[in-house]
Amino acid sequence: MKTAIEIENLAHNYGLVKALKPLNMSIESGTLFGFIGPDGAGKTTLFRILTSLLLPTQGKAKVLGLDVVNDFRKLRPLLGYMPGRFSLYQDLTVEENLNFFAKLFKTSIEENYHLIKDIYDQIAPFKNRLAGKLSGGMKQKLALSCALIHKPDLLFLDEPTTGVDVVSRAEFWEMLRKLKNHGITIVVSTPYMDEAALCDKVALIQKGKILQTDSPQNIMENFSKPLFSVKSINRNSLSKDIETFGKTDSFYWFGDSIHWIGSDDKDADLLRIYLQQKKHEDLEIEKINASIEDCFMDLMKGNHE
Amino acid sequence: MNKAVVVRDLTKKFGTFTAVNKLNFEVDKGEVFGFLGANGAGKTTAIKILCGLSKPSSGQVTVAGFDAYKQSELIKKNIGYMSQRFSLYDDLTIAENIRFYGGIYGLKRVEIQSKIKEYVKKLNLEEFEGRKVIDLPLGIKQKLAFSVANVHNPAIIFLDEPTSGVDPITRRQFWDMIYLEAAHGKTIFVTTHYMDEAEYCDRITIMVDGKIEALDSPSKLKKEFNTQNISEIFLKLSRKQNTSQN
Repeated sequence: MKTAIEIENLAHNYGLVKALKPLNMSIESGTLFGFIGPDGAGKTTLFRILTSLLLPTQGKAKVLGLDVVNDFRKLRPLLGYMPGRFSLYQDLTVEENLNFFAKLFKTSIEENYHLIKDIYDQIAPFKNRLAGKLSGGMKQKLALSCALIHKPDLLFLDEPTTGVDVVSRAEFWEMLRKLKNHGITIVVSTPYMDEAALCDKVALIQKGKILQTDSPQNIMENFSKPLFSVKSINRNSLSKDIETFGKTDSFYWFGDSIHWIGSDDKDADLLRIYLQQKKHEDLEIEKINASIEDCFMDLMKGNHE
Repeated sequence: MNKAVVVRDLTKKFGTFTAVNKLNFEVDKGEVFGFLGANGAGKTTAIKILCGLSKPSSGQVTVAGFDAYKQSELIKKNIGYMSQRFSLYDDLTIAENIRFYGGIYGLKRVEIQSKIKEYVKKLNLEEFEGRKVIDLPLGIKQKLAFSVANVHNPAIIFLDEPTSGVDPITRRQFWDMIYLEAAHGKTIFVTTHYMDEAEYCDRITIMVDGKIEALDSPSKLKKEFNTQNISEIFLKLSRKQNTSQN
């Protein structure tokens, strides 16, 4: 497997703020790689360094075999970058924006139309509309089209789905899957933990530090603590009662149930008896597999300064 | 008055486009009410009307007992608003932000002073006192923004994607704060794109194409739509919309 990105001891500070702590990792060509983490994790800083838009405080990074500091002129034409904030020209039309980016990279819309066809067809009926007058979803599709029009080898997408509804998010990931099939390496960041499962490989990142890097399946399977889902009709008293039960590692709400972690499986039987004594009817306690969010929360606890 | 919000046949048109189409719902005092829907479904238009920032085209709207046509200024005084995108001024300190918002809502000097003390203590901000908001950790900023939206003790707080981009632990701590206020009788009107958070609401609505397509408690909706979770309901409703359009 070829390496698309090689990061060595890379770090970045803004004044006294350590936005990115020394980082070593590599990303293989042809993968859909996700950086999963909340705001302030350092995702945008890392993306700006890897796209040669920001000089790192220390360390080295090679993207497509090129040094992000010394070879930036050669590197930039090979990259597509969709920043987190909508950065197209609001006072140009949809088509003018696309044309502009195509010309900037010395190509034409026609040459690589096959790449963006699926995405651009959806906004083509509005091609004479000013970009600033588009809805959020259409802006997103235009930005992706502009980032792709020069057929980059590597595409960086910084939080493309933030603030987007679940249905549109699912559609967006579907588009990314198809792009991957064109042989483009895709590096994407997101604060939505559930989107990790849609990546080939992910890095969980928080407070400038990578907590874990692996395939989402491996991360979830490697969660070794006994995790149970607890449901009761008496929602309001459930968390209060679990709080008074002694043998708990941690517990938290997860949608309509509480996720409870004990020290071993037998504790769950004790918990059941305890909650039955507290008159919880229709009690459901079952062992479950960890989701990425469970793993992230567990890893976070070890990353508090 | 037990209803915090009453909406009857609310419609808002922009020219020939109907952004909000005959909405009907009520929100009880002390309820945590989730307002969900796809981007462009009309949520923002509806929320602007409920906050007194925009007038309905037709229908009745009462918020905190005030009429959206004639008493929008009174509505503004009696609600709080917080969004992830904008709430606090980054270049002001914690105390300055509280003083600013307290001042806007007409709190007296002594009241503002006691609010500053109260929030610093309640949110453990001692070590951050005197710092500008931009230097605060996101989680703390979030909790402070919620408190500031509550500074004038409004009847209802509108939270527009309050947890967007927030880490999973802080997100849950934030919901603990919401519950605590609701338990004290405060009405919470919240939008979110996190479907697990939809489950934390007493009732939710899902808007599709300007209309309310679902309205009930999360557990009843899951039964009604025969799904395991709220995102499946979302998918079902949007598919239904697509087939009806074709």
